[in-house]
Amino acid sequence: MNENAELTKEYFEKRNKRTKTSAFIKKLLGNNNLGDFIFERLTLLFAMLVFLLVLFMAWEMYSHSILSIKKFGFHFLVTSVWDPFNEVFGALPIIYGTIVSSLLGLLIAVPLGIAVAVFLSEIAPGWLEKPLSFLTELLAGVPSVIYGLWGIFVLVPWLRDNVEPLLQNTFPNSPLFQGAPYGFGMLAAAVILSIMVLPIISSISRDILKSVPNTQREAAYALGATKWEVTKIVLGNAKSGLLGAIMLGLGRAIGETMAVTMVIGNRPQISASLLDPSYTMASVLANEFTEATSDLYLNALIELALVLFVITILINILARLLVWSTERKWKSNPA
Amino acid sequence: MEIKSGLNKISLYRRKITNVIMLSLSFLSALLALVPLIFVFYYTISKGIDHLNLNFFTKLPTPIGEPGGGMVNAIVGTLILVGIGGAIGIPVGIMSGTYLSEFGHNKFGSLVRFLTDVLSGVPSIVVGVVAYTLVVLPMKHFSAFAGGVALAILMIPTITRTTEEMIKLVPQSYREAGLALGIPKWKTTVLIILKTAWKGIATGILLGLSRAAGETAPLLFTALGNRFWSTNVFQPMASLTVYIYEYSTAPFKDWNDQAWTAALVLILLISVLSLIFRIITRSKYKV
Amino acid sequence: MTVEIDTQSMIETNVRHYAEEVNNIKISVKNLEAYFGKNKVLKNINLDIPEKKVIAIIGPSGCGKSTFLRCINRMHEVVGGKITGSITLDGENVMDTDPVLIRKKIGMVFQKPNPFPTMSIANNVVAGLKLNGFRNRKKLKEIVEKSLKQAALWDEVKDHLNDSGANISGGQQQRLCIARTIAVNPEVILMDEPASALDPISTTKIEELIFELKKDYTIVIVTHNMQQAARVSDYTAFFYMGELVEYSETKKMFVAPGKKQTEDYITGRFG
Repeated sequence: MNENAELTKEYFEKRNKRTKTSAFIKKLLGNNNLGDFIFERLTLLFAMLVFLLVLFMAWEMYSHSILSIKKFGFHFLVTSVWDPFNEVFGALPIIYGTIVSSLLGLLIAVPLGIAVAVFLSEIAPGWLEKPLSFLTELLAGVPSVIYGLWGIFVLVPWLRDNVEPLLQNTFPNSPLFQGAPYGFGMLAAAVILSIMVLPIISSISRDILKSVPNTQREAAYALGATKWEVTKIVLGNAKSGLLGAIMLGLGRAIGETMAVTMVIGNRPQISASLLDPSYTMASVLANEFTEATSDLYLNALIELALVLFVITILINILARLLVWSTERKWKSNPA
Repeated sequence: MEIKSGLNKISLYRRKITNVIMLSLSFLSALLALVPLIFVFYYTISKGIDHLNLNFFTKLPTPIGEPGGGMVNAIVGTLILVGIGGAIGIPVGIMSGTYLSEFGHNKFGSLVRFLTDVLSGVPSIVVGVVAYTLVVLPMKHFSAFAGGVALAILMIPTITRTTEEMIKLVPQSYREAGLALGIPKWKTTVLIILKTAWKGIATGILLGLSRAAGETAPLLFTALGNRFWSTNVFQPMASLTVYIYEYSTAPFKDWNDQAWTAALVLILLISVLSLIFRIITRSKYKV
Repeated sequence: MTVEIDTQSMIETNVRHYAEEVNNIKISVKNLEAYFGKNKVLKNINLDIPEKKVIAIIGPSGCGKSTFLRCINRMHEVVGGKITGSITLDGENVMDTDPVLIRKKIGMVFQKPNPFPTMSIANNVVAGLKLNGFRNRKKLKEIVEKSLKQAALWDEVKDHLNDSGANISGGQQQRLCIARTIAVNPEVILMDEPASALDPISTTKIEELIFELKKDYTIVIVTHNMQQAARVSDYTAFFYMGELVEYSETKKMFVAPGKKQTEDYITGRFG
């Protein structure tokens, strides 16, 4: 009937004979293809792996911190003595250092980041937007340890010699700027964190602002609004998404390790002064993990990792929900 | 009437001035955001270039106090660590991304998608701790393999989501064309859809690999570090990032200088990696 | 407008009509219903398709003609649809067989030309064979040439067989897709408005091609163009709102439609 048929007939006949499936498999497959049946389940297996990985990580850390959890219980989170020598572990100053350094970092990064996002999505012409976006993303791609290196040799000396004396002279009585200006300390950590989370906040905020449909802007322009007033309306519309972007930045700041470890001074203490050294959960892990000689010490460190994990997971869940809901709002209802 | 219009005029001026001020501030912020980038690159290049010579790529580190030496073990170590991470992370990422785009239009798919996003926010040091309890504790010693596992976990979210997004961009009509030819769905997906989306997926892989190459925290207590030449993946292994950390926090001027060079080499390595990758994945036909 | 149709009796007469005249029924559709979620898009379709003829499916947009076509090679389920009833190909129930085997026997050409952009013209032609493991280079080369000749494309592309399949004109792309379909040697070819995205000259070429192809294949073509249906088909089925209104010889349908609705549609009163 067809010449093509003759050319391929032999091959496919042979193949059909070879791959004759057993009656049992045929019954199992019904009207499905064997390869497809396997393929779907194989990819499902990998997807489950990703799913289980998150649960497994939590379990793995819990089971390896059980000594510390049993011994200190809730006190682990609310007491202030971190003394590996006497095996007493209270993580409060460390948690304090983590949260305060992150919030201070955000204090700088949020206004800047959102301003950059506004510039990229609302103001910048096309030819400028692309290279600028690329550069901010490059900023996010610089390895953390290189920021730390730069922090130690450039940022810290600059803070110590110029910024911190200036702050002390300007606000001589403020509790925020007491103590000797070492350079290493909370302020340095906050500055370096702000640099590191800025690209995250700005790039996610930009995406969110861009997802606000143009009809919103046109409506405002039609009422005679200035560009800034239009931008305010756009920002108002994207509020929850922007909050999500900030939360993602917070999550990143809380878990940031190398750069912070290298400039924060690494001392577990609660001090109002921004010039004093502090400590974060990630820094403790980076510094002390390989030095943990006793089981209890190691367990306490792993518990610290678990606390860090839970905090960042919660922040990320909240942030993703906020970002998703905003982007979906415009997708499903592009009014 | 006149008074009213006068007021309007004043408020219009004020609105216009506010407009100009706010827009300028936004522009200045964009400039300010780039300052650290310029600083970091400027210092890395100007300080790193001093010690950048052939020795750095061919010699092992020297003991404290002895000048010279290089970091060949760390350069090779970083490549091996990223290689192990990729060998585990890339297949898992591509397979789970394929699942999400081809079969994941259900509740489980949404859950996995969500958890992948959440996983990408887990601090890398926490991933290091998990790799420690998972690999180092049972094996009873630090190893490059443990470091690779940690890097793989860090890569998976990026690769999974890029794969999914890139497959989604392939028009449904190619999928239907393949199926209508009597090609099984799995072959259609692998040989037609993934091949069409490959360039985008490769970009995601590249992003994952270059981020992994810059990771330090998850290696501190998995791959640890090694002052000697070692390619045994079940032994501790040196990496550029851990060297940068150690050398920059040590009180020796010579080491500090070498840390800058290591940083420069790391940046060069990541750039070369992306260049090679771009060339390899360049497709014959423009898609 | 409410329509009362005695579908069942009408179809029975049609079926009997073919049973007498045509010995060889290639595809037989019985009580076919198709759904998208809870939406029933095809209602109780009964129809026989004779071998080596061209059957045109016409009807206004949304009448279910494309869905019907996609049910025959089980493409309907690819987009998440459900089917009840039976479709048999040479007596074998399509619904109980591996879809891959069915689609090898029932090829399909789509509305928009969709050659694979990552493959050369030659590889596009033999994609169905190569991806199913057929690797004999010499024979593949032969098949490329024969299929392209059969699709009336050989003369135009023989000098750049290694170019991308996406770089030729739309009409050429569609003929490439036809060549790709016949390369796997199907028994039936389904065409879903194959010329609707093409210019008039390309359309003519496709129509001439269909005329040639029916010597070897059974062809079912969905079209919104009634002149095209009249030109290329032996039998025509008219679908309306998910139901088969009328099915008869094309000559008869266009000269003396059996139903008022068919007449209204053909004469352009709605649709």
